Amino acid sequence: MKNAPNPEFEADCIRGILAGEKHLFHDLIRPCERPIFFLLMSILRNEADAEDAAQEAIVKIYRNLHLFRGESQFRTWALSIARNEGLGRLRKAETRREDSLDALSEDQTGDFTPAILTSWREVPNQALEQKELAAVLRQAIDGLPEIYRNVVLLRDIEEMDVRETAAALGITEGAVKVRLHRARALLQRSLAPRLKGFAPKRAGLFGWARTRKDESREDKSR
Amino acid sequence: MRIDCKHVWDHISAYIDGEVDAQLRAEIDKHLETCEICSAVLDSTRNVVVLYADDRVFEMPAGFSERLHRFIDKELKSNFDLTGAE
Repeated sequence: MKNAPNPEFEADCIRGILAGEKHLFHDLIRPCERPIFFLLMSILRNEADAEDAAQEAIVKIYRNLHLFRGESQFRTWALSIARNEGLGRLRKAETRREDSLDALSEDQTGDFTPAILTSWREVPNQALEQKELAAVLRQAIDGLPEIYRNVVLLRDIEEMDVRETAAALGITEGAVKVRLHRARALLQRSLAPRLKGFAPKRAGLFGWARTRKDESREDKSR
Repeated sequence: MRIDCKHVWDHISAYIDGEVDAQLRAEIDKHLETCEICSAVLDSTRNVVVLYADDRVFEMPAGFSERLHRFIDKELKSNFDLTGAE
């Protein structure tokens, strides 16, 4: 998990801040910056708006710190404040987007069948050195309906667990699992055909990548 | 009991997260041994999940953290009453 939360450190910081050591807020919030920003990016879909909303949300977190009861993790609580900030802004700009708030209901029937493949060559993480691959992955996330985008962002990108994701988004753990499953199926379907080009080429007999046709021809000749 | 491809796809996300019970896992594993389609679907889905976990996919805007902490500093100097007293 990225920046795994440290509850004792957080509790110490919060006690200190409320007792007047305000500068500790910098340390308290630092591990939450990335998930807060990307959750707001997922909701608002604009970098400048997300940054602005993140700053406002973080001031709200600071001003409401005395209300944090330690029943959830600090990061979960902080993310739910950020989500409210994002949704509040979205409501104000309602006409901007169509798939904003409840365009999709939970039991939405959709086609969540994966892209059917007969073989897969792994795309290694080193391939991310190509900016193009990262861009393809970002576009695919951007193309997801919001309810799936938020879940996949917290679970697979920020690597938070099911429980924390559910609490941060105000949904049940069951809904997190269903949405994550659908999100991954939609991503696999849109990405599988495009990612193939990023897999390392396996040199064949004549120096180019072997195709299934080549392989089956070889099988027959054995 | 033999399970079909659709059944495997329905559980692929839970399978990747290690959230299927032992019996279902064994059934899926057995299916995967002979089904190249489901194996490729599983491998590609897992590959997608692994790639997204890489920090290079989503990078923070340059200077975000510096701007944020300057903004926080302004707030910390504002003498806002943190005790919640009206």
